[in-house]
Amino acid sequence: MKKFGALLLVGVLALSFALTGCGAGGKSGKIKVGVVNNPPSESGYREANVKDMEAVFSAENGYELKTAYSLKNDEQLQAAQGFITEGVDYLLISAAETTGWDEVLKKAKEAGIKVYLFDRMIDVDESLYEAAVVSDMAKEGDTAVNWLLDQKLDEYNVIHIQGAMGSDAQIGRTGALDAQFAAGTMNKVVQQTATWDEAEAKKIVESVINSGEDFNVIYAENDGMAKGAVAALDEAGITHGVGGKVIVMGFDCNKWALRELLAQKWNYDGQCSPFQAQIISDLIQGKTTASSKKIINEEKGFDATTLTQADIDTYGLGE
Amino acid sequence: MKNNFKRFFSSGLGQLTIPIISICLLIIFNLIRDPSFFSISIAHNNDGNMVLAGNLISIINGASELAILAMGMTLVTAACGGQDISVGAAAAIAGSVFVKIIKMCMFDFNSDIKAGYIILAFLAACVVAMLFGAFNGTLVAVFKIQPMIATLILFTCGRSIAYWINGGATPTVSSPIITAIGGFIPGVPIPTPVIIVVVMAVLFKLLFHFTSLELFTQSVGINGNAARLNGINSTFIKLLSFIILGICVAVAGTIGVSRLGLINHETLLIDIEMDTILAVAIGGNSLGGGKFKIGGSILGAYVIQMLTITLYAMKVSSTDVKAYKAVVIILLVVIGSPVVKKYFGRMVSKAKANRSEKKAKGAVE
Repeated sequence: MKKFGALLLVGVLALSFALTGCGAGGKSGKIKVGVVNNPPSESGYREANVKDMEAVFSAENGYELKTAYSLKNDEQLQAAQGFITEGVDYLLISAAETTGWDEVLKKAKEAGIKVYLFDRMIDVDESLYEAAVVSDMAKEGDTAVNWLLDQKLDEYNVIHIQGAMGSDAQIGRTGALDAQFAAGTMNKVVQQTATWDEAEAKKIVESVINSGEDFNVIYAENDGMAKGAVAALDEAGITHGVGGKVIVMGFDCNKWALRELLAQKWNYDGQCSPFQAQIISDLIQGKTTASSKKIINEEKGFDATTLTQADIDTYGLGE
Repeated sequence: MKNNFKRFFSSGLGQLTIPIISICLLIIFNLIRDPSFFSISIAHNNDGNMVLAGNLISIINGASELAILAMGMTLVTAACGGQDISVGAAAAIAGSVFVKIIKMCMFDFNSDIKAGYIILAFLAACVVAMLFGAFNGTLVAVFKIQPMIATLILFTCGRSIAYWINGGATPTVSSPIITAIGGFIPGVPIPTPVIIVVVMAVLFKLLFHFTSLELFTQSVGINGNAARLNGINSTFIKLLSFIILGICVAVAGTIGVSRLGLINHETLLIDIEMDTILAVAIGGNSLGGGKFKIGGSILGAYVIQMLTITLYAMKVSSTDVKAYKAVVIILLVVIGSPVVKKYFGRMVSKAKANRSEKKAKGAVE
């Protein structure tokens, strides 16, 4: 029985090698890049991320791109293993989980494959990868709060709607505003988590309106919650956006949200950029060199008064 | 009079005792805390319509989806003696279908959203939700699987299905008609979802009035075998209850999407299944099936929403709201339990007996 099992295992392994072997045609001259990513269906962010990777690492740009998508860490590990056996030149990883990658990355290093991390960090020794291109959520918060300070309002009475507590995005985007509350430059009317739920965000704003408290800023940690908050304002007949009573701020730069900005119904949308491919491509081709292992992806904040349709086409996520 | 009073605490109206008492308690609590909680004002919304605003409006408006789902859930509970825990996931599917169809129509005919598209999309959402209801119902009625286990399947995979429908994106749909469904119809100061709840309640009332569904459901719930021997097709009644719940799910999903003009498969009506079951329980319905009162479940839904809004008005952190809710609910459920009810019933009759004894004594003296 044991023998049979072993035979079966060998058979499966051989088959999988044969299958993966088929894909590796010996095309020369092109840089072979293996990308291990989460599937595009995960979110609008991921969809844009995957499209960006495909556009930058295209055949025209001198690349041979291989991709593997999974939400599961073990499947991602297998895919990475597969790319190593195939012999890619570069391995790009956005890991599902931060742990379990040591062995695979060591093997890659032995095989002379250079590893870049994008979007998400992995808990391994820095020597195992070339660089990590990631977003800095705290900086996103800083950019947004600095924009808000630039508005030079007489008084800042802020409704702060937080994302799921403990998530990277929530911690980063909350930090900057909390500092202002602590310093007394802004008043906290209410600070509540809606756990990314649009309907919950609407309820929170509704309860403030019903209590009769005054507010002039809504700082929502993603676009969906900002939309929920705006629905509550609309029902109560409170004006918002450029020239309105309440300043509306969101994050993530979904296309539909940027269109709200363009219509001047919202004031600000902070980017959470999924576009790391060009930075990595420049590093690979030696156009730039990494000053440190962690490269922060430059992220913009869009102001409704300066936003253009071209910005929406370039930076907007989803449809 | 005496008998009525006794019945009030033990049975009869007793079913509605708990929701009515809890609403009264919440009202008293809020009156003491801040009487302005109940103020209702007339405001102009940003479309220029006259609308009612205030906490009370928020409560009855916000509880709409919950109330609609609770109606269907009551029927399933009564017929099957178990609950459907997949209503939130199914509503996400129905909502996704609703948006998908509208988007497809817009694309195919290359035009803005028209009323016809919305009706078509809603009907499609109904059909899909009824199919999923029939799926649950078949597992429960034909294969005799425990309702909670049977619906666990859709509970687990429902939101994934919803996410495939729109390719993982969170598409938005904006149109004055959709705003009217989720918000206010121009010229009508009452929120449309509240009107939809009333319509649904009337439809249920008519259904029970013109068919024997209420009686059949109760008899199937009390004893399925006995009902079958009396010529009631208990399999069909159970299946039907799930299909009717499916319609409720589609309506709730449509309202949920229309409120914001956005479908987010992950957050649409999240955690609503437990609140729905709770509404049925607070409404005094036995979760083991049998006799039921849909009115009780609707009141239960408003109790839950009132509790939430009260906590928000008190600025309780939304992470803590669930914990406070749990404490209040434990109290409500314990007070509503047969043991406590019986105890109160006995106390009341004893007090009555004492008084009449005294009276009798007085007469003798």
